[in-house]
Amino acid sequence: MTETGASGKLVHPQRRFGDYIENALPKVVLGPTLLCALIFVYGFILWTGWLSFTDSRLLPRYELAGFVQYVSLFQNERWWTALGNLAIFGGLFIGVCLVTGLLLAILLDQRIRAEGFLRAIYLYPMALSFIVTGTAWRWILNPGLGLQNLVRQLGFESFTFDWIVTPGMSIYTVVIAGAWQSTGFVMALFLAGLRGVDDAIIKAAQVDGASSTRIYTSIIIPSLRPVFFSSLIILSHIAIKSFDLVMALTGGGPGFSSDLPATFMYTFAFNRNQIGLGAASAMIMLMTVVAILVPLMYAETRRGHHGR
Amino acid sequence: MADGHHTQTAGSHRVGRIVIYALLVVFALYYLMPLFVMVTTSLKTLDDIRTGNLISLPREISFDAWIKAWSSACSGVSCNGLKGNFINSVSFVLPAVAISTLIGAFNGYVLTMWRFRGSDVLFTLLLIGCFIPFQVVLLPMAQTLGYLGIANSIPGLIFVHVVYGLAFTTLFFRNFYVTVPPDLTKAARIDGAGFFTIFWRIILPLSPAIIVVSVIWQFTQIWNDFLFGVVFSSGERQPITVALNNLVNTSTGVKEYNVDMAAAIIAGLPTLFVYIVAGKYFLRGLTAGAVKG
Amino acid sequence: MSALSIRDVKKRYGPVEVLKGISIDVEDGEFLILVGPSGCGKSTLLNMIAGLDTISSGEIAIGGRVVNNLSPKDRDIAMVFQSYALYPNMTVRNNISFGLKIRKIPKEQQEEIVSRVSKLLQIEALLDRMPSQLSGGQRQRVAMGRALARDPALFLFDEPLSNLDAKLRVEMRAEIKLLHERLKATIVYVTHDQIEAMTLGDRIAVMKSGEVHQLASPQEVYDDPADLFVAGFIGSPPMNLIRAPVAEHDGCVGVSLHNGGEAFFFPAPEAIQGGLSKWTGREVIVGIRPEQISDEISRGLAREGHVKRRAKVEVVHPTGPDTLILIELNETPVTCRVHPETMVRSGQMTELMFDLSKLVFFDPETERRIR
Repeated sequence: MTETGASGKLVHPQRRFGDYIENALPKVVLGPTLLCALIFVYGFILWTGWLSFTDSRLLPRYELAGFVQYVSLFQNERWWTALGNLAIFGGLFIGVCLVTGLLLAILLDQRIRAEGFLRAIYLYPMALSFIVTGTAWRWILNPGLGLQNLVRQLGFESFTFDWIVTPGMSIYTVVIAGAWQSTGFVMALFLAGLRGVDDAIIKAAQVDGASSTRIYTSIIIPSLRPVFFSSLIILSHIAIKSFDLVMALTGGGPGFSSDLPATFMYTFAFNRNQIGLGAASAMIMLMTVVAILVPLMYAETRRGHHGR
Repeated sequence: MADGHHTQTAGSHRVGRIVIYALLVVFALYYLMPLFVMVTTSLKTLDDIRTGNLISLPREISFDAWIKAWSSACSGVSCNGLKGNFINSVSFVLPAVAISTLIGAFNGYVLTMWRFRGSDVLFTLLLIGCFIPFQVVLLPMAQTLGYLGIANSIPGLIFVHVVYGLAFTTLFFRNFYVTVPPDLTKAARIDGAGFFTIFWRIILPLSPAIIVVSVIWQFTQIWNDFLFGVVFSSGERQPITVALNNLVNTSTGVKEYNVDMAAAIIAGLPTLFVYIVAGKYFLRGLTAGAVKG
Repeated sequence: MSALSIRDVKKRYGPVEVLKGISIDVEDGEFLILVGPSGCGKSTLLNMIAGLDTISSGEIAIGGRVVNNLSPKDRDIAMVFQSYALYPNMTVRNNISFGLKIRKIPKEQQEEIVSRVSKLLQIEALLDRMPSQLSGGQRQRVAMGRALARDPALFLFDEPLSNLDAKLRVEMRAEIKLLHERLKATIVYVTHDQIEAMTLGDRIAVMKSGEVHQLASPQEVYDDPADLFVAGFIGSPPMNLIRAPVAEHDGCVGVSLHNGGEAFFFPAPEAIQGGLSKWTGREVIVGIRPEQISDEISRGLAREGHVKRRAKVEVVHPTGPDTLILIELNETPVTCRVHPETMVRSGQMTELMFDLSKLVFFDPETERRIR
């Protein structure tokens, strides 16, 4: 098929200098971002990791000192409180957001008049800073003039709602404010998921005589699995790095009873000049995120591949 | 959806509808309550607050708390209100949003239209940046800003927010540009257009919607940020969220809840305004960030 | 010198070789078709000619210039895409003139070219519309207009008709053919549609798994397929391929077939007697096109090389111009093309004429032709 001998006459132009530049451009453009990620994400993780193995206090020192910071971290009662609070807050916050979010999404999916308006109301807290949310709820929940006072004025003289100033209970107020802020988001995700369910499947189920409830429980909700996963990932991420809400709502108090790892890290690294201990707590936070998110994402992508 | 078909009688159907609407309205009231309380409290006098209750309307509307929150409330040691911090926030949020969106657009363009061996791996590496708890970078960043001479400065905050916002903006644009047919770029290359020509003349004109999404997302994120603000700035340079927190926690004399609430509304107003004006895009930003979760 | 010369071109993605050494020469003004099932490498090859994909090894020359090191813009080519790839933010006029603008062609000349091209393609009325306001067929024309405006040495078409509906596809096919004849342009055209390949091409390269199985004129590919794949791929309905043992009768080599209990012996054409005799006693695959099995009413008396046999009709598919009937030979369904006025029903026995002069035989192992 080939005509031999013709190749002798062929011209062989060389690549132009401009073409070399043009070909390199995509990498050159992406370069700075990658460099940033490499240094400011991965490099800094290593840096913090290193600090966590030193006995740095007010100023960073770089002589390794072994696991001293981790040992003292896990001997620190306050750290254990923070971890316990994270478990309480994380579990309740995620649970309340998922359940309420799904409920609201299903309710809104019933051909509701003014759906857009209601949706906007459920979602607006998401636009606010956690600091603003915390400030507002701090006022609402304060026993003196807030909700407790209101209910007492309505005639329930012995009504008591003073969690925000009660050690052991203040973490639950963080759950209330956090869920108020984030439920709308979960609702929006679920609503988008509901709208994405194939109409034909639902019609088929109706033809088969399934009731509305049945259609929801055995067809629609199971098909929202990916949305559950995304919400779970996002919510657990929010929970683990929750910082501003606690700072604004309780300041970690009373005492340190509503501390979370994020506030613990901030307090020790920046207020108490315990850089080594702060670094160690940050590394534990990172590992917690990895330990929770990696299996979730792995399950999600595996499922995705099977689905295809 | 599933409600199109009902086997129940009309009566039970009506009851069902009433229950649904009642639930929705109760939830709506619950979600609106804090906003209502904030607004009414901010318009009350301290006397009014002490004698009334959480949901009582102001006896007379007073803007004193707003004026004080804006120009003379004490946060920390200074008593200049939130005015200066509001300007601080504006002056680092706007550049940070613009820069991170522009770079994100270029990154997304490269990652979809000019893919090279390993570009997908690089994208994944970049994406992980969305998920790290920022506590893990605070200490090194504080040091680095010092070395660079931009600690406790507006450029420093711009820098930090751009660096840690890039993962998100890149994700937005990348996910949008994968829906643009790569043939467009190929056709333009054959027509003789180069990397930047294709971006400015072909790809960017397709992108207004995703630019809005990215700008809104970045704006809310950066405006609402507290962590970077509280760690990397102090005193006069603090962003509004940090100043608000200080104001609320500054305990000199009587606690002025009306001023606190006015300050909180001032701090929340810009993002709330964006939400009301461009809610559709706000939602798209949230879900776009989530879908790739 | 050929307009396009592809020499031993290979493409590897890591360890995977997607093109395994392709060599094709295209003459000036020739219309070459690259056809094959999806994943055969035809689009990769086209992208490599265009410079949108790199060449792992080998050489591609356009107009006597090796273009391996040239970027797409310097290769003197134009391309029409399956998705049309019209710039959505530009009017039709600007879509057509974009490449001219980039190349800094003077304004008056641009206008002249746009008006010439749009007249040729009858899209003058559309010049100020946006692509989103056009129908599929109109977009297709604009995409071709953009390519024509450049007046390149080589046109590349990447499945340009596959997004059109059936009727429009036939119309556009005819127009592309006409355009080629008027412009005498050199065209490389990728398609997975074998009818497009047959009707448009001067030559067809049938590809599969990164290899060219046959490179020949449409008629040659149809009548004289190089192997089992080409035989099965080209033609609609496809060639009947039947496993059958080779036997010898009265000094004549042929294949034994049966329909129900009845046994047929089909002698091989004269030219293959020698080649096939080595296979006596073994199985081969025999190929016969549907139109070579017909009814005598329409095709008149048996000519040389025809035999008449009775067979049981399994299924009848009227298509309009022809009726296709299915019979079974050696437990394999076999399509026959009969006159629509032939009234047969399934289950009936009918008399069929077999044109044995065009029988082809394949080695079941290597799938190559037995010659």
